[in-house]
Amino acid sequence: MTSAVSILPEQQLASLNEAYRMAVRRKRLRTLFAMALFALALALAAIGSEVNLRTLFTYFGNFVSYFDRILTLEDHTRVWTNFGEWFWGWQKWLKLLGETILISYVGTLAGAVLAFGLNFLAAENTSPAPWLRFVVRRALEFARTVPGIVFALIFVIAFGLGPMAGVLAIAIHSTGALGKLFSEIVENVDMKPVEGVRSTGASWLSCMRFAVLPQVTAGYASYALLRFEINVREASVMGFVGAGGIGQELVVAIRKFYYSDVSAILITIILTVFLIDIGTGWLRARLFGGEARA
Amino acid sequence: MTPLPSEDTAKLRERYPEVFNRPASSRLATPLVIVAALAIFIFGLVDLDFSPSRLIAGVSQLGWISMMMLPPDPGSSLPAYLIALGETLSIALLGTTIAAIAALPVSLLAARNVVPSAIFRFPVRRFLDSIRGVDTLIWALVWINVVGLGPFAGVLAIAIADFGAFGKLFSEAIEAADRKEVEGIRAAGGSKLHEIRFGLLPQVLPVIAGQVLYFIESNTRSATIIGIVGAGGIGLQLAEQIRVLEWQKVSFLILMILVAVAAIDWISSRLRFAIIGRRAVA
Repeated sequence: MTSAVSILPEQQLASLNEAYRMAVRRKRLRTLFAMALFALALALAAIGSEVNLRTLFTYFGNFVSYFDRILTLEDHTRVWTNFGEWFWGWQKWLKLLGETILISYVGTLAGAVLAFGLNFLAAENTSPAPWLRFVVRRALEFARTVPGIVFALIFVIAFGLGPMAGVLAIAIHSTGALGKLFSEIVENVDMKPVEGVRSTGASWLSCMRFAVLPQVTAGYASYALLRFEINVREASVMGFVGAGGIGQELVVAIRKFYYSDVSAILITIILTVFLIDIGTGWLRARLFGGEARA
Repeated sequence: MTPLPSEDTAKLRERYPEVFNRPASSRLATPLVIVAALAIFIFGLVDLDFSPSRLIAGVSQLGWISMMMLPPDPGSSLPAYLIALGETLSIALLGTTIAAIAALPVSLLAARNVVPSAIFRFPVRRFLDSIRGVDTLIWALVWINVVGLGPFAGVLAIAIADFGAFGKLFSEAIEAADRKEVEGIRAAGGSKLHEIRFGLLPQVLPVIAGQVLYFIESNTRSATIIGIVGAGGIGLQLAEQIRVLEWQKVSFLILMILVAVAAIDWISSRLRFAIIGRRAVA
């Protein structure tokens, strides 16, 4: 198949080319400007955070050798040559790991229940009163923006050291995060069932129960499982501030330079996170089919 | 709602047996799951030392603390806090940028349409996964051991934690790219590098830019907390003031964090929409 490309007359072509070049030049100028701005911001940031490339280069060897050291036992053999010695504290660590998972489970469930109670009030289409929506939304925003570990720091002082502070911190943070996601799901529901139920003279509560809830449970469960995954990671560092779980053990090992313990605990944490990820992924796929994988 | 007459119900029962006589397994599934979930929950409460008396004592203590927090007052340390906030923002920006630059080439190696051989891709992906499995705070502790206390450790911690996340996100973006443009360049005689530069990158760069902006936003949050373990920024001040029970300063610092995060949110969502247009970024 042949086709001819028509060639425009010289003059027209020249003006078109000119316009094209101008457009490209303008775009390039804009990109250049944005990049200069970005570079400036970076330079400022580098000063602000005391970045020192020389330190980095001198210490980068340390970073690499740190991994060398955490993979070496005290008798200078590689860790994997002596599993018994490497994972000497496995019983204690597994117990703490169990505690970590339990912290995140209890925290996630409590947070999900609270979020469940609040989200209908925060969603635009179901909220009974605008002022209530405003209050609930701001409260959720607050709970979401303050990092979980800051809550943990404060709760450790109020409730004493131990996993309880961690659970409450995770619960509050999850309430904020899930409350927002849940209310977004509610805002996307089909309103026709709600109108149907309302037309029978049902109360607000019955409308939520019989018209909204059946549409949203799957989405809720999916987000709650996702949150559980995130919270397991979060709970693994709660111990840094004394709020229970494996973090306490890890921070002691890192600070006191118990090198092989660091790698052993890190590996158990990573493996646990993997397993939980795979487990919840499988569960979500089973419960809601492939498409619900957010 | 008036109930149906019983003969109607009987007729319905007859016509739809699968609705009225579900097998026991499917009828019991939901209550069983709920009971199991509750059982674990209660076991957890007991195992984690929850007791009503502790809870009540703690809540009243918390009430006291919140009373003491009012009104928020920085005392004489406002300049120090502003500097710390600047440090936090610097950590977030720099850490994210370093991570993005480092992750781009690696993400190419992890993308199915660039590296078709699974043997090569698999280790790269597992490597990224294990980096992501370690929390930013843990990385901060490790870097503090290496480069000492201070914001630089924070930058490196954020950079390495995000490197794992970016590697995965970028490679997913690359895999989602349209193959036709790559094929077009191959048909025109382009080399493998040309295919990536002119076929893939123009498609994925806007997506990547959106993700990077989103991470700068979320890293502002992370950067506020890595100070708690000593890696610089406003978290350091916050943790110190909490430890010495200066509640008015604590509430002021929390307010500062909230305002800063909101401001960054606003700026970056503006920029994001400007770059990728008004569609959601995953």
